[in-house]
Amino acid sequence: MATRAVITLPAAIKPGEAFEVRVTAAHAMETGYRSSDEGARLPRDLVRRFECRLDGEPIFTADLFAAISANPYLAFWMRADKPGELSLVWRGDNGFEHRETRTLNVT
Amino acid sequence: MRRREFAVTAAAWTLLPEAQASDEAMRVAIRAWAGRNPEPGNLKIEMAELVENGNAVPVRVVASEAVVGLALFTPLNPEPEVVHVALGAAVARPEFSTRMRLARSQRIVAVAKAADGRCWQAGVDVIVTLAACVEP
Repeated sequence: MATRAVITLPAAIKPGEAFEVRVTAAHAMETGYRSSDEGARLPRDLVRRFECRLDGEPIFTADLFAAISANPYLAFWMRADKPGELSLVWRGDNGFEHRETRTLNVT
Repeated sequence: MRRREFAVTAAAWTLLPEAQASDEAMRVAIRAWAGRNPEPGNLKIEMAELVENGNAVPVRVVASEAVVGLALFTPLNPEPEVVHVALGAAVARPEFSTRMRLARSQRIVAVAKAADGRCWQAGVDVIVTLAACVEP
């Protein structure tokens, strides 16, 4: 199943000026503590790690646990001096991996 | 029938009784992440004091100075860890936001780690009216 991710960036970025990056990935974040209707334990299925890099340089990395809500949302502030490529990756249980890239429009 | 099944599934988040962390488990988790016991310090946790739905509670952690790491911990969720964040050099503000689950009313703790190894923590009490899990 293709994963959907929403990444919110400003349309235009001024060099050196702080801007907010907001990311959400569609994922159930099943905790492993819930039971199905039949009483069987629903197996754990979490996004474990999120990484955001600018031209390969780590900017924001997060280790996620079961206490993070479904469709994990993260927001942070960064700055960039020149145009670059923002690469985002989510990794999780059962081989989950989702990658996105965005070009930073720094003018 | 399917609709009822869905409603039951959505409503029934049953927690096993043993699945609960404690203050001690949280201290151990904080020490494991920070490498020491943090001092009380200046750290803002922006979060509603009265939460109606514990399934997705917006939370923002803001430090008053530059940090390399921020983390959130809970004493009464099934596990003490919530999220561990590492901030790189291009980060403009020492803060992050996310949405978390709350199994019950409790005191949420945020910890900050500076580049020179100092770390400090702050807590906020949150009341949950509809918990993310049925209380054991």
